[in-house]
Amino acid sequence: MNTTPKKKKPVVDDTQHQGSGDSLAVQPNLGKRILMSEYFVLYLTILYIIVLTPIIPRLWHPMNIQNILSNLWPLLVVAIGQTFVLIIAGIDLSQTSVMAMSSVVGAVVMTRSVDPILFTKSPLWGVFLSEQGGLLSNSIFALPVGIVVMLLVGLFIGFLNGFSVAYFRMPPFIVTLVSMMLFSAMAIFLTKSENIRHLPEAYLEISKNQFFVVSGSLIIAIFVMVLAHILLSRTLFGKRLYAVGINATASQISGVPARRTTITAYMLSGMCASIAAILYSSRLEMGRPTLGSTIFIDIVGANIIGGISLAGGKGKVTWTLFGVFFFIILANSLNMLNLSFYIIDMVKGSVILVAALLDVARNRISREQM
Amino acid sequence: MADIAFAFKHISKRFFGVHALKQVSFELERGKILGLVGENGAGKSTLMNIMGGVLQPEVGTLLLRGETYRPLSPLDASCAGIEFVHQELNLFTNLTVAENISINSFPCMRRTPFINKRTMHQACRKLLESLNLDIAPTMLVENLSPGERQLVEIAKALSTDADILLFDEPTTSLTAKDTENLFSLLRHLRDAGKSIIYISHILADVQKLVDDVVILRDGEVMGGGPIGDFPIKRMINLMVGREINHLFPEKTPYATDTVILESQNISEPGIVRDISIKVHAGEIVGMFGLMGSGRTEFARMLFGVDSYHEGEVLVQGKPLPRHKPEQSIRNGMAFITENRREEGLLMDYPIIENIGLVSLPDYCAKVSRLVDSKRLFRRANEVGTSLKLKCNNLKLQKVKSLSGGNQQKVVIGKWLLKDPSLLILDEPTRGIDVGAKYEVYLIMERLASEGSGILFISSEVEELIAMCDRIIVWSQGEIMREFVRDEFSQESIMRIAFRQELDDDADIEVATYGNE
Repeated sequence: MNTTPKKKKPVVDDTQHQGSGDSLAVQPNLGKRILMSEYFVLYLTILYIIVLTPIIPRLWHPMNIQNILSNLWPLLVVAIGQTFVLIIAGIDLSQTSVMAMSSVVGAVVMTRSVDPILFTKSPLWGVFLSEQGGLLSNSIFALPVGIVVMLLVGLFIGFLNGFSVAYFRMPPFIVTLVSMMLFSAMAIFLTKSENIRHLPEAYLEISKNQFFVVSGSLIIAIFVMVLAHILLSRTLFGKRLYAVGINATASQISGVPARRTTITAYMLSGMCASIAAILYSSRLEMGRPTLGSTIFIDIVGANIIGGISLAGGKGKVTWTLFGVFFFIILANSLNMLNLSFYIIDMVKGSVILVAALLDVARNRISREQM
Repeated sequence: MADIAFAFKHISKRFFGVHALKQVSFELERGKILGLVGENGAGKSTLMNIMGGVLQPEVGTLLLRGETYRPLSPLDASCAGIEFVHQELNLFTNLTVAENISINSFPCMRRTPFINKRTMHQACRKLLESLNLDIAPTMLVENLSPGERQLVEIAKALSTDADILLFDEPTTSLTAKDTENLFSLLRHLRDAGKSIIYISHILADVQKLVDDVVILRDGEVMGGGPIGDFPIKRMINLMVGREINHLFPEKTPYATDTVILESQNISEPGIVRDISIKVHAGEIVGMFGLMGSGRTEFARMLFGVDSYHEGEVLVQGKPLPRHKPEQSIRNGMAFITENRREEGLLMDYPIIENIGLVSLPDYCAKVSRLVDSKRLFRRANEVGTSLKLKCNNLKLQKVKSLSGGNQQKVVIGKWLLKDPSLLILDEPTRGIDVGAKYEVYLIMERLASEGSGILFISSEVEELIAMCDRIIVWSQGEIMREFVRDEFSQESIMRIAFRQELDDDADIEVATYGNE
């Protein structure tokens, strides 16, 4: 009945490729297989570490390992948040402002005492802040309420972003750029650019190493990672997120609530930024109005290195993990070589560029292999 | 021995394993106009793309003035003196007429990068005058009417002094007067020794204009020769003429009295007016109309993809006010869109993700919302088998690697997982080969026999006549008439779609219902 000339679909497309020469091997060679592998970035990181070990033996010093990991966990959490948004072909520039706002608002709730000389000019003085500290200073609820409020800040800003993108069809770049400006400025305005110190002891414990590298941060980050992985790969929401990312129109016609999915993605991004703010501010022992203001490049860079496509529809939590891991190792090793801040940024930028080029190359190969 | 300007020799080309062209050979004589006709999907565009260097043939050679010609890009074709006038406009609307015409070779001031506007405008004015066009070179293209734009496009092709010209449906946006104008121009060019290929669905025009004709069907040359030997009737027979008995399954009426879907006075200004229809369980209702007649737009409103200003949609007697696709799906509707790639499939994802997309919520745990992949896979496999889906691996194979027919089965499959009681199929057989078409018809028959209502939109009258219990004919956003099975006649349906009275003896314009 079926007249379709249905030969077994060959691995390699059999049309003539005058332009591409002999680049089409029937069996992809080892180099190509490694390049196409999901674990390519991980292999690269391992290779990088092996090469570096004799040059910088201090890399393996326990103190440095602790240092690497304490940098890794918060960046991992915030980068995973970005991954959700990148999968639907969006971008969330406001994550850094979420971090600043969360850390400030959380500190305002939790702080046990505030220096009047620094804060009398703050609009919060007398209302939320006094010499006796913040809203719930010394209350046993300070910690849980503080953390919940921090998460709510992220969810709220994420909701604003998602709602504007989904319902007003505004470009995510503009929406999140504006909320980045708005909320970073607000965080600075509220505190008159001063750090809020004297956070509860229990809060500071979150980022402290309890046993070698085991810390609250580690547990929280791994928990977020596992949850995000399950969410993306196993749940209805995850499947729909990918579908919206690759083809929003087709998804909508198939009954996917694209708007709700979009809003959820941005809210998750905001919440992850808030969690990262908890980890960072606990480590810094302060609520900081400029928290995270320099790490946006790290967040997006790690995602790109991990192979998450800015065009949407492609990405996994493990890829983000590999990207963040590589990025942190890179930054750490450059630091240990005593390179200046500027050189480090130049190298980081070049690495992101190469990662983006690699993505193009990988896409081309996978098209040819179709 | 005739002077051959261009020849196709045994050209074959496949897309995803389906033949778009099979051993196509024909010749274009110098100083002649050659008409190329065929249904949508007959291979005309593929042939033109091969000639223009956009696609490369798998087998066969092209001869330009007797020499082998292998264009690798549109630029090669242009250099070889071949110019195209496409049916979709390729003008820059933000530039002036003169700028558009000279876009490939702006006249510059001596050895500077500055454009010599005066030279450009003079050259353009001369060209437009020679074509009898009253358009100022300084006009912005966005201020021109569609007909004028088409003429500018033609002027642009002529400005390069090409030897071989291709016209793909150039008259669709032209008025009768402009068309006459164009034809006299083409005849003039022919007499000046240019060779022209003219593609059109309007056979009367082809008859009037061309010297020779070639008829394509399903990628094969069905016939060709001097136009005198091919009256319109013969052209149609060659284009369409297939044994209908072998193409469609036996029609069994399964229609019942239960109304599944009803629309009451649906209106949306400028798109559809006052549309009321009913679809019964087990019934296949056809909707026929030309492009832009409102049938697709109406289907989208029924399913809740687009909104409508007035009216109501009732599914199984229950009104769905301001519904979205989600509600439609919950109420047992399914919508197979006319546009597989853009609206039906996630081309880059595996088959299973596509088949599962609609019914994912049914395979979710209540609280955790975890998808039961195993159960989903089993069901997808069942549906795939029942649709005779040909694939290697549901979980790994990307949809874009499937043939058109199998892609369509994936689209149908994703809705079948929901056991829909009403299916809207918009051009479900477009762009798939004859065998796969037959299987789609069989699936429709099966669903009707199981009691589903089917709304079947198509531009091919024959398949509607073969498959439907009723056919609703659309024109310009309105329902013109409804035919029941006993009254089906290809001619009457076409006449109604063209807004011709059935008792009107005037010749209807013979066009193939299409929208390529």
